[in-house]
Amino acid sequence: MPSRHPVICGIGLSDYPVVPHLNSVQHHALAARRAIADCGIAKSAIDGYVSTSGGGPAAGDDAVSMAEYLGVNHRYIDGTMVGGSSFEFHVQHAAAAIREGLCDTVLITYGSDQLTRMGRVLGTGGFQRDAQPVTGAMQMATPYGLPLVGAYALAARRHMHEFGTTSEQLAEIAVGVREFAGLNPDARYRDPITVDDVLSSRMIADPLHKLDCCVITDGGGALVMTTEEIARDLRQPPIYVLGSAGTQTHWNIHQMPDFTEMGAAVCGPEAFAQAGVTPADIDTAQLYDSFTITVMLMLEGLGFCDRGEGGAYVEEGHLRRGGSMPTNTDGGGLSSNHPGMRGIFLLIEAVRQLRGDAGEAQVPDAELALACGSGGWLSAIATVILGKDRPS
Amino acid sequence: MRVVSDLEWQGPVPAGEGEYGEFFAAAAEGRLLIQQCPECGHRQHYPRAICTACGAEPEWMEAAGTGTVYTYTVVRQYGVPAFAELPYVLAMIDLPEGVRMFGGLTGIDPETVEIGMPVTAYARTYDDTHAMIFWEPA
Repeated sequence: MPSRHPVICGIGLSDYPVVPHLNSVQHHALAARRAIADCGIAKSAIDGYVSTSGGGPAAGDDAVSMAEYLGVNHRYIDGTMVGGSSFEFHVQHAAAAIREGLCDTVLITYGSDQLTRMGRVLGTGGFQRDAQPVTGAMQMATPYGLPLVGAYALAARRHMHEFGTTSEQLAEIAVGVREFAGLNPDARYRDPITVDDVLSSRMIADPLHKLDCCVITDGGGALVMTTEEIARDLRQPPIYVLGSAGTQTHWNIHQMPDFTEMGAAVCGPEAFAQAGVTPADIDTAQLYDSFTITVMLMLEGLGFCDRGEGGAYVEEGHLRRGGSMPTNTDGGGLSSNHPGMRGIFLLIEAVRQLRGDAGEAQVPDAELALACGSGGWLSAIATVILGKDRPS
Repeated sequence: MRVVSDLEWQGPVPAGEGEYGEFFAAAAEGRLLIQQCPECGHRQHYPRAICTACGAEPEWMEAAGTGTVYTYTVVRQYGVPAFAELPYVLAMIDLPEGVRMFGGLTGIDPETVEIGMPVTAYARTYDDTHAMIFWEPA
């Protein structure tokens, strides 16, 4: 029987970081064109489409509108929108659909013109810029003036209190990611920075400095997933989905059950168990770096280090180029690109690494890569483990 | 619970739809409400039409209006005009009744806030019949 094991066979990035001539829908389309060309599949073979629904910033880039625009008459559609980690959830859903035979080939796309359209206001300009009454659970927070950065600062402060984590340790994450950004000609910021640079950058919301925060850019990305069988005839070597799991512990930050433990502690072990591997087996990690604290909570939750030991772990240099767990090798959201929902770039970079196509940032002999996305306010977390070799 | 009037407030306000309305109305009368489930005893905040633990219909209960700081941040940059007076402190407060609540922490030098410090709730009205909960050092 032909293998229906799900694989990622095509990847595409649209242009970034500053792209004033493209709108969100055009970012979707450019990334899709490049992903289709990357694997060489006939566009007509695509019978599944997945994108975020209603969460995109431009009118008309919800999943059904985009399926029409891209010309995908799908047998399987998913518009899961859980924020930045949506695409890790998408891979989980598409893998199940492919395995089950609901469809054979899925296109996943993302595009955002956030920087060009809104400027750099998301983190500190408020998600609500007028005085309209606030509905839903956000009315318990937004009227007090809670910026996006402030929500993550609450978690960082508690981590410092419980475990003695320092601003220097959080800064080390930003410094390591910037080092990788220096190897990526397209990254938003490429000049090396030091821990002192992070600490002397403007305090936005204690204890998070400006350089603890991700950049804001334009951009887009696309993935093509199919069966192992179909992938045999395509241009690129298949990258196997070995494990994929997601969870949601809360949505609004004020409902986070424990501010020092994120859902990675639930979906990480689940994904590792599916893949039959352990954190020590992973060659490179792509971790959603909306803020430095996001990475630290993820490292602990996924089990790369013990809970509360994230500070010491990053200080030892594991995340750096040449370290034991090179992390965010494209320059991450902290330095390269973050158009609003970054999850798809984690997957694209993981695939590049496993193909051996990561250029100067290539992790030697990378065979297993992990992508972990965080959506909302450390809320909806999903982990995907990818491998270059056929699972036994 | 002390109630102060701030009818000049120009910032965003709660819409107060559904169960939220009762919470903000009670605050204007000096009562801090949380919910307790008559079936399983679970307590929760924010107010909802279902017990998140067992699925029954929760009831209101009045909290003492005391708590301790679980975590906090000092906001130093925010581009929303209503919050132009920087810096200010936002905190998660642990209530002795067993729920955690987000709010503004006022009446304190931001540099001296500490996790674990005891605080007291007060209400600040934003229209004639509704108020938001704030906190100040006990």
